[in-house]
Amino acid sequence: MKDKSSASHLVLEKVSHSYGAVSVLKDLNLVVNPGEVVVMVGPSGCGKTTILNLLSGHIKPISGSIQREGIIRTVYQQDGLFPWLTVSENISMGLRSIADDVQQAAELYELLELIHMKDFAHHFPHQLSGGMRQRAELARVLAGDSDILLMDEPFSALDYQARLHMRNELVRLLEKRPRTVGFVTHDIEEAAQLADRVLVLSSRPATICHELRIETPKPRGITNHSVISAIEEIFKALGLQISNETGIN
Amino acid sequence: MIKPGVLRFMLPIVVLFGVLFLWYFISYINLFPAYALPSPGDVLRSFYEELSAGRLLNDIIASLWRVAVGFVISAVLGIPIGLWMGQHIHARQAFVPLLNFFRFLSPLAWIPFAILWFHIGDRPAIFLIFMATFFPLVLATMVAVASIPSIYFRVAQDYHYKGIELLTKVTFPAVLPQVITALRVSYGIAWVVIVAAEMVGCQDGLGYGIWEARNGLRLDSAVCYMIVIGLLGMGIDRLLAQLTKLPGVRWGYER
Repeated sequence: MKDKSSASHLVLEKVSHSYGAVSVLKDLNLVVNPGEVVVMVGPSGCGKTTILNLLSGHIKPISGSIQREGIIRTVYQQDGLFPWLTVSENISMGLRSIADDVQQAAELYELLELIHMKDFAHHFPHQLSGGMRQRAELARVLAGDSDILLMDEPFSALDYQARLHMRNELVRLLEKRPRTVGFVTHDIEEAAQLADRVLVLSSRPATICHELRIETPKPRGITNHSVISAIEEIFKALGLQISNETGIN
Repeated sequence: MIKPGVLRFMLPIVVLFGVLFLWYFISYINLFPAYALPSPGDVLRSFYEELSAGRLLNDIIASLWRVAVGFVISAVLGIPIGLWMGQHIHARQAFVPLLNFFRFLSPLAWIPFAILWFHIGDRPAIFLIFMATFFPLVLATMVAVASIPSIYFRVAQDYHYKGIELLTKVTFPAVLPQVITALRVSYGIAWVVIVAAEMVGCQDGLGYGIWEARNGLRLDSAVCYMIVIGLLGMGIDRLLAQLTKLPGVRWGYER
């Protein structure tokens, strides 16, 4: 077991960002603790992806400071794998820091086994289903020396059943290879199932309007009591009401 | 019921024989005088004549050589320049109008210069092939690079690809399917241009063969050369099409 999460560190301090005249984030404070899975949910267009881009360093904030320690890798919504490389070659990108070929091959084998895709090692991404592609991508970010995983709605392009399956897969993989995770999604159920801590974001300019800790051990089923009560709490924080007769208003 | 695989082979053969029969029929009823439309038999005899004299083979080799040299020079220069321009917006802003200008200029307009600068022989024809293929190749490669999804570069950054490695392991494979298509298209242009290029400034080649046939009013020989040009063009395109079957580029054609 490779616990790479303890070395990691992610802090946003009073971070504000805007695109032209549109203010996206305002005085955002955020600490992602080592080994923690922090899930950010919010209305679409509220700046969730902007937060991830700031965390990863792809964009610089207008004001405020960002501290990051550890190697960061991102899982994207889709098409993050290089289509000209096979599954093996894509995963091997994450193993580039390992100089020894034998060790690299052993690690690759272990990862392929971990995601149950040994038989698809030499397939190209376009030959795989969406779920398999995301599994390969998870293997790639978990490979080698990564410390922090940023996930930008990684399962949103999948159908519902595949999504449920992938949530369990993620929990299982993180169990084997713990990492610090920053996860954004608009899927409240996903947040309730995966998070150690949920941050509910307000609409633009985004601030954290509610924070919720979920202590129940994972994996959590969608009918698990803690998941349902977390969903209710997130709904309330987002200003959505649940009534028993008519469902969501 | 005929199987689709059999139909695929049969249909073009049926059409081919139909066209041959029509040709034979028109010349049989003397719709046009024999000197204006040679009969299939005349062309067949001319084939035999050109082959046994060794002229046809010599002309084929001369033309293939000129196209190959001109085409390789323009690919070796054009693809890297296209890669560079695709990555630099200021380079695009500076050079695209000029490249477009030359792209729309028929390469045949360069014939007087080609002869003046390179006299006769292989070189003016190679120069014309280069002028015909260089600009479309640069532009196609450049557009392909400029349209690479930004996600690939983000992933590349996550995995520390930089400099020459970024170019060879990310940028180039990302555009390779489009570059192969551009190569096929510009090869098509090259093969069309070589015929015209060899009509002036050359002493051999397939274009020269047609020119000679015209001068001698031997349209049977001209048709024989035309058939060879068409068949060779198709054949080489089939060869280039094999590039699209490489495993690392299939994604570009199957998505």
